[in-house]
Amino acid sequence: MSEKEVVLLDFWPSPFGMRLRIALAEKGIDYEYKEEDLWNKSPLLLKSNPVHKKIPVLIHKGKPVCESLIALQYVEEVWPHKSPLLPSDPYARARARFWADYIDKKLYDLGRRTWATKGEEQEAAKKEFLDSLKLLEAELGDKPYFGGDKFGFVDAVLIPYYSWFYTYETCGNFSIEADCPKLIFWAKRCLEKESVKKSLPPQEKVYGFVLELKKRLGLL
Amino acid sequence: METVKLYGAWPSPYSCRVIWALKLKGIPFEYIEEDLYNKSPQLLQYNPVYNKIPVLVHGGRPICESMVILEYLDEKWPQQPLLPTDPYERAEARFWVKFAEDKGLSIRMIYRTEGEKQEKARRDALEMLTILEEHGLNGKKKFFGGDNINIVDIAFGWIAHWMGVIEEITGVKLVEGNKFPLLKAWMHNFKEVSLINENLPNREKMVAFFRTRRSLILSAAWHPDFGFISRR
Repeated sequence: MSEKEVVLLDFWPSPFGMRLRIALAEKGIDYEYKEEDLWNKSPLLLKSNPVHKKIPVLIHKGKPVCESLIALQYVEEVWPHKSPLLPSDPYARARARFWADYIDKKLYDLGRRTWATKGEEQEAAKKEFLDSLKLLEAELGDKPYFGGDKFGFVDAVLIPYYSWFYTYETCGNFSIEADCPKLIFWAKRCLEKESVKKSLPPQEKVYGFVLELKKRLGLL
Repeated sequence: METVKLYGAWPSPYSCRVIWALKLKGIPFEYIEEDLYNKSPQLLQYNPVYNKIPVLVHGGRPICESMVILEYLDEKWPQQPLLPTDPYERAEARFWVKFAEDKGLSIRMIYRTEGEKQEKARRDALEMLTILEEHGLNGKKKFFGGDNINIVDIAFGWIAHWMGVIEEITGVKLVEGNKFPLLKAWMHNFKEVSLINENLPNREKMVAFFRTRRSLILSAAWHPDFGFISRR
């Protein structure tokens, strides 16, 4: 068993894991990172998330917290004074939760379809994906971050997808920057932060992983 | 105090969730009934992303998505709390709320489809109910919230009243015989809570409404999210 109070069961390309890495880094929380092999899940993962058997799982003092957005809020509530990601005003918090929910409803599945499908299905996914990003860009507006002047909850939830942009663009043969230049600008600003830089894998590494995955799934 | 308005629709379980929460906390509100086949300009203005009910408008500011609304209500009006105070227990409650949201889709799919797709949805729904029975309800007291209902009970409210309507309309039975004893007990207890009992849509009206809506959906002339569309 780990000696550290906080353990993160994760898988390096997962955008859901990345957002937790960012939050823990932002708050300066020391933790043990455990890489899971999703084709050979550890007994600890299966025991910690018996319902979904998925990463990420945050284990704090031996107790597991599953689902990345839930674990993010847990981290906020247990360590409220260190670099808070959620605003204090309830209405602003409701808006942050709304947009985090929107991001998770749309981007993972649409993004996946841009690299895992072909033809009409892929074209439809690309269009919807870009429409979602444009909506997020509109929500960002002229603010430096979704959180306003400071990097916040929605920023942490969205930025991990940036590490997958090269994969989406290359597999789908399209440019995200062409349609959403402000969003790319925002992403690069986020990447200047140490917590984000060290939590996101290089885009090319993610692309290599997806090519291997496509081979494995017989999609090439 | 700033006014609270709820844009809802009488047959919607999502709309009911917010009504239950508002009444549980004793928050006075104005209710505006939306015609789901003819949505008002105000609704479209308040919810430009999804164009859906429920929308809570507090002091002129809109909040969308029923569970986001419930967390907002809990923060602004802490009496009769919906969520526990301990962070770990809050995480557990939110886990089951998310489960209700994600896995509830399988039961909706039974209602929205037929043939093979419906059969797959039925299998998914049974799997979901089994997990709920074995992991969610196992070891619980009367409610997810203990002796009183909390946010998780409210999130699963649709199982107590709407699932039976779907079973009746589609003929697909999910909770039958001796299966799911804990779930059956919870459903019974939940509907016995007077606040819930007094704020449930009429069952006959619901059967008629959802039966018509299902024919529309299956005719492919109409999509519940996008309205009237033509098949490609």
